Amino acid sequence: MDSATLSTTRASTPPHRLELRGITKRFPGCLANDSVDLVLKPGEIHALLGENGAGKSTLVKIIYGVLHADAGTLLWQGQETMIPDPAGARRLGIGMVFQHFSLFDTLTVAENISLGLDNPGPMDALSQRIAEVSERYGLSLDPRRHVHHLSVGERQRVEIVRCLLQDPRLLIMDEPTSVLTPQEATRLFETLRVLAAEGCTILYISHKLEEIRALCDTATVLRGGRVVGSCDPRKETARSLAEMMIGTELSTPERLPHGVAGAPKLQVRHLSTTSDNPFATNLKDVSFEVRAGEILGIAGVAGNGQAELMAALSGEELLPEPAAVTIEGRPVGHLGPRERRELGLAFVPEERLGRGAVPELSLSENALLSGYAREPLVRSGLVHFGRARSYAERIIGAFNVVTHGHRAEARSLSGGNLQKFIIGREILQRPRLLVVGQPTWGVDAGAAAAIHRALIALAQDGAAVLVISQDLDELFVLSNRIAVLFHGRLSDSRPTHQTSVEEIGLLMGGLFNHPPDEDEE
Amino acid sequence: MSADLALIGPVLAAMLTAATPLLFAALGELVVEKSGVLNLGVEGMMLVGAVCGFAVTAQTGSSTAGFAIAALAGAGTAALFGVLTLLLLANQVATGLALTLFGVGLSALIGQGFVGIPIPDVPELNIPGLTDLPVIGKALFGQDAVVYLGLAMVPAVHWFLYGTRRGLILRAVGENHAAAHALGYKVIRIRFLAVLFGGAMSGIAGAYLSLDYTPMWAEGITAGRGWIALALVVFATWKPGRVLLGAWLFGGVTIAQLHVQGLGIDIPSQLLSMLPYLATVVVLVLISRDIARIRLNAPASLGKVFHPDA
Repeated sequence: MDSATLSTTRASTPPHRLELRGITKRFPGCLANDSVDLVLKPGEIHALLGENGAGKSTLVKIIYGVLHADAGTLLWQGQETMIPDPAGARRLGIGMVFQHFSLFDTLTVAENISLGLDNPGPMDALSQRIAEVSERYGLSLDPRRHVHHLSVGERQRVEIVRCLLQDPRLLIMDEPTSVLTPQEATRLFETLRVLAAEGCTILYISHKLEEIRALCDTATVLRGGRVVGSCDPRKETARSLAEMMIGTELSTPERLPHGVAGAPKLQVRHLSTTSDNPFATNLKDVSFEVRAGEILGIAGVAGNGQAELMAALSGEELLPEPAAVTIEGRPVGHLGPRERRELGLAFVPEERLGRGAVPELSLSENALLSGYAREPLVRSGLVHFGRARSYAERIIGAFNVVTHGHRAEARSLSGGNLQKFIIGREILQRPRLLVVGQPTWGVDAGAAAAIHRALIALAQDGAAVLVISQDLDELFVLSNRIAVLFHGRLSDSRPTHQTSVEEIGLLMGGLFNHPPDEDEE
Repeated sequence: MSADLALIGPVLAAMLTAATPLLFAALGELVVEKSGVLNLGVEGMMLVGAVCGFAVTAQTGSSTAGFAIAALAGAGTAALFGVLTLLLLANQVATGLALTLFGVGLSALIGQGFVGIPIPDVPELNIPGLTDLPVIGKALFGQDAVVYLGLAMVPAVHWFLYGTRRGLILRAVGENHAAAHALGYKVIRIRFLAVLFGGAMSGIAGAYLSLDYTPMWAEGITAGRGWIALALVVFATWKPGRVLLGAWLFGGVTIAQLHVQGLGIDIPSQLLSMLPYLATVVVLVLISRDIARIRLNAPASLGKVFHPDA
């Protein structure tokens, strides 16, 4: 027997695409990965599950060469390998699509893709290749367009095509569908299945458990930096997966009873905006109202006017027409955020660090920033620090914020914990009207359920709540009515029990152009 | 030939020379800002370049050596800025202002022994036939090499930024440093090189003033041109071609007001000296009224501190 046949028999079990053994990574004050083992096989779609702070991001950053492990080995196609940097990962055939797209707004699609390649060649040839690959995988893209003109779904395609041009053997996708409409997500899944069938391994990170059940072959669950189990997600329920992630039983919020809505608290009438910012979406004739005791959900893919609507409602952007926004019947369009807060409006912006909280300030100082309006934290112009501290501690206690105390800087908290703190800060003021943007974006299942319960309890106590979110599952859990924002226009609202994810998904793609008030029932 | 026509040549020539220092300083700063760094120390780097160039030329008699040393001195001053802001993460605005103050003081100190010393002229181009052309010959074909180098830098910088891969990477770093870092680009190294280039260009700009424009050393010889160069970059919406137009405008008004002073019209001379600065700012503000253009061309990470923690 010659050596060739010998080597084939030895390789009767083909090498794993990637194997991690005992990967450990320590940051100051926390053990992000604790001896993690992971095996990825060729052609499989492998889910990585875990709460915020479970160590998923750290692990994929190690695989992609952004971070280096403190201990442990990494085997690529059976060979022990060091991945020094992202360029080294790309040379091996590892591609990554980031959760926050690493795109450059003022550059063209082709330029963006060229930046992610090591040998892009001349621009014309590259544009040709981009067209070919996007054709083959059904990801339509125009290489000459500037990225700031693209929708979020198209931006993601840019990232995916950038990876595909390098002929990857392993594609890492970090929360790829959090910004897509259901229809766009379905198209993405088709692309991923084609890729997997061609032998490419896909490591898929998502909070959306239904998606993982539909798409993935295997799931590995991380908790507190350790692997706590693996399973076949197709044989699990979303609930059992969530409970594996959080390690305890999941308590889901109860749906609101229908038809409890009272007097209108917030009315928006024919609101249009114009902006100097070429990246902004102008609102066009937006009208809606939110009544006491109900939650109105506004769905839509990011960049369709959500930021502009938030700014117009919070008072960050003053309106020329005061009556365009009224709070309990009073025109407030010309009033700033402070005056609107005094009239009973509370709001939680989408951007946590920088808008919702000041990163460098402590939690008690952050509690003071909006809490002074209704809590007695300031007396004749002087801050009552004792009360601010106890207010912060009340929020931390009531909303289970994981932190080492009210002195912690806001930026030291994980995204989910900071969000609980910010929402708690507003809810404990017992506002009559609460506007929330993306309440659970990037927040894990346990924390999201807590936030949902708090919002529903607030509405049941008679407050009007407006939730602007891209997460349809969330809106269907929370809202009494749902409307959709598309290209700055708002659809009519539909009672949640009379609509479906499919219908809202179509609206999110812009399939509404009927005159207002057509489907009022 | 009438007297009016005879004036065109000298005015045109004077305009080109008055524009040259601004062109160098502003193009250098344009590249720095495109990489996402705001260096307000242009005036200081120009002064250090001016005095070092002058000192070397006065000692050696070679203006070429003077310009070379001025570029090095400018880059050296910029390196100080780079270490403070890019490696030690100091605030860019404060450090840039400090750099200007530092340059004012250092140049005065070095220049103490050089006040009133004469230096040889920078040789001028002489192309038989072309330079002898009537009216415009001397202005267009009789300048010294630095003027032409300055003009050549406009398409060169444009080609580098928009035609080469290195330029693309530089723009990407200025647009979104976190994303560029995630893709594996060395943000700090790229920015440091851009800052050095900006410093060298400012040094040459300063040396042009002390070796060529007014061949002498005087404290504060730059007279605020570093600040005008900074303004030019912003108002030119980070486009090299518009920087050239702005520099010419400044040069043109500088010369025009000198002629008006020469005619003895009864306007206070201080008011006239103010005109080039005023005119440049007013015209460029008018050009750049369109906020959309500014947002499309402004480097989004401009002035933001980059810390490569993952």
